[in-house]
Amino acid sequence: MLLVILDHQGDALTEAGREALTFGRTLAGRMGVDVEAAVIGSDASALISEAGQYGAATVHTATHELLTDYGPDAHSSVVEQMIRELEPDAVLACGTERGNEVMAHVAARLDAPFVANCVDVTPGDSWTMTRVQWGGSLLEDCALDADVALLTCGLHAVVAEPGDGQEPDAESFDVALTDADLVTLVRQRVVMEAGVTLPTAPVVCGGGRGVGSAEGFSQLEELATLLGGRVGCSRAVTNLGWRPHSDQVGQTGTRIAPEIYIASGISGAIQHWVGAMASKHILAINTDAEANMVVKADWAVIGDLHEVIPAIIAEVSARRGS
Amino acid sequence: MRILCCVKRVPAPGAKINVTDDGMAVDAAHLGFTTSPHEECAVEGAVQLVEQHGGEVTVLTLGSGEASEQLRYAVSVGAAHGVLVDVGSSDWDPQRTAAALTEAIVALEQEQPFDLILFGNESADSGGFQVGIRVARALGRPVVQGIKGIEVSGDGSAAGTVTARREIDGGFEVYELPRPCVLGVKEGLNLPRYPTMKGRLASKKVEIPEVATSAVAGGQQRVKLHRPEETVSETVILGHGPEAAPAVVDVLAELGVL
Ligand SMILES: Cc1cc2nc3c(=O)[nH]c(=O)nc-3n(C[C@H](O)[C@H](O)[C@H](O)COP(=O)(O)OP(=O)(O)OC[C@H]3O[C@@H](n4cnc5c(N)ncnc54)[C@H](O)[C@@H]3O)c2cc1C
Ligand SMILES: Nc1ncnc2c1ncn2[C@@H]1O[C@H](COP(=O)(O)O)[C@@H](O)[C@H]1O
Repeated sequence: MLLVILDHQGDALTEAGREALTFGRTLAGRMGVDVEAAVIGSDASALISEAGQYGAATVHTATHELLTDYGPDAHSSVVEQMIRELEPDAVLACGTERGNEVMAHVAARLDAPFVANCVDVTPGDSWTMTRVQWGGSLLEDCALDADVALLTCGLHAVVAEPGDGQEPDAESFDVALTDADLVTLVRQRVVMEAGVTLPTAPVVCGGGRGVGSAEGFSQLEELATLLGGRVGCSRAVTNLGWRPHSDQVGQTGTRIAPEIYIASGISGAIQHWVGAMASKHILAINTDAEANMVVKADWAVIGDLHEVIPAIIAEVSARRGS
Repeated sequence: MRILCCVKRVPAPGAKINVTDDGMAVDAAHLGFTTSPHEECAVEGAVQLVEQHGGEVTVLTLGSGEASEQLRYAVSVGAAHGVLVDVGSSDWDPQRTAAALTEAIVALEQEQPFDLILFGNESADSGGFQVGIRVARALGRPVVQGIKGIEVSGDGSAAGTVTARREIDGGFEVYELPRPCVLGVKEGLNLPRYPTMKGRLASKKVEIPEVATSAVAGGQQRVKLHRPEETVSETVILGHGPEAAPAVVDVLAELGVL
């Protein structure tokens, strides 16, 4: 049996939870076993039904007064207990921050290997898998030797799709938590930002070292505001202290997916590119026609961004005015 | 406060990452090397805590002898000691890496435990998302990942707590851990400083002791590295300089973002 650990919010699966089940269906097919799912912290019937639509034959729900909020020790303890009791051949979660964190704890508890962010898994006598390295710039094929395969699938490695959609069996799973499992429960939750954020902005105006100064970003701010978007930047800019790290796009920053990414004065290093490549369209503005960002973009303007951006702002304003 | 940071030496590729002919490593023949970015912030965070509360920072790495370069860099920005587990390569599997680091930490803690141990959330190259968690569990200490804010209670030593902030969609979560504890931190925790002249001198003089390891291979082994398939698109040049603005705005209008 393949046990899929589901990510959920309220009484619905998150997109990551749906992806894990979609990925899990293919994997279970290759293994020749059923998909069962685990929901930690809720037994909402809508959630159970949705897991069924996405292919879970059985849904195990673990509820407990101390499982209402997240904690890596508490959640991994539940998964460990499920592994001991349900004896799955493999356990899969989605490679979100939490998914990877919980599975790493489970692996450490069992002293077993854990393969993070797989994009393809071939079960067999010896399992092989392809996983993401360098935030997506490189892939690694590896072999796994384990009693139970502990895996996460890379976020967006598959597009979530419902399966045959049967109402699953619901089983409630009794959990026992120790004091040690409670040390890392979330103490407080603070909500900060409302409105358009960098990961969800329809337009991102990114600036790199070519912008030249912190002040230079005022033109990018103006254009982003005009287009209802947000400013992004490269790591070179963050390291120079011109913009906060929350604006950084890339492997160690934010992954963006706007309708259009306007990348100005950015060379397009691979670590920046992996954060930008989910953009539906890319327009590069650069003095260097050979820059990687230009070569990989859909459109480019060759020139000094300090001349090109004000001209774009003027043109947008002129067309809106008329 | 005694703080330990575990850092990894990684190549610093540019436009793309090349792989060696046997597929077993990144071809770093023409590349510089750096410390994994999350861990650079771990070192900076540790140095700042010590500046506030007193104490000292130790950095530990597992890799080849060349990785002492990254330890020396950490000393140049304020760490006091660097310790190397020289295994000839930093490509050990995560279980083995964690076992070797745990062994080294136990040896370094013979007299006194570290009040806080910092890891990166994930290493820049292999990104296994697990070495810090494995070490923490082996040491029997609480650990939380994804940390972008750290505060310690009291003077930082002995009993007390660490309050850690983790960024989530549209806000953050707060954790409170008893010391000693372990955190996996992310870039954005702070803005790492550049070395001072005094720091550079100290980094040249510092002794880098080596510790041995008996860790054995884990259950995950590399078969080969390869690049993902790329879709090559033809770039349409809309023009040169400000004259291209109308063509740019046509594109924006076409995409419906105007
Ligand atoms: C492990 C690791 C992780 C990393 N993670 C990230 C990450 O998350 N995000 C990230 O961005 N980087 C990351 N980097 C850094 C990355 O490798 C590059 O160093 C960085 O992206 C370069 O930033 P840049 O393009 O702004 O600067 P540069 O590479 O210096 O490029 C500047 C560009 O501006 C152009 N230019 C100059 N003047 C003008 C002008 N007046 N008008 C128009 N164009 C002009 C130049 O032609 C050039 O193309 C990481 C590196 C490592 C090793
Ligand atoms: N070879 C190594 N030497 C020292 N620390 C390491 C090494 N490999 C991993 N780490 C630490 O463990 C963290 C998580 O690594 P990983 O599990 O590979 O993503 C990294 O950010 C480092 O802090």
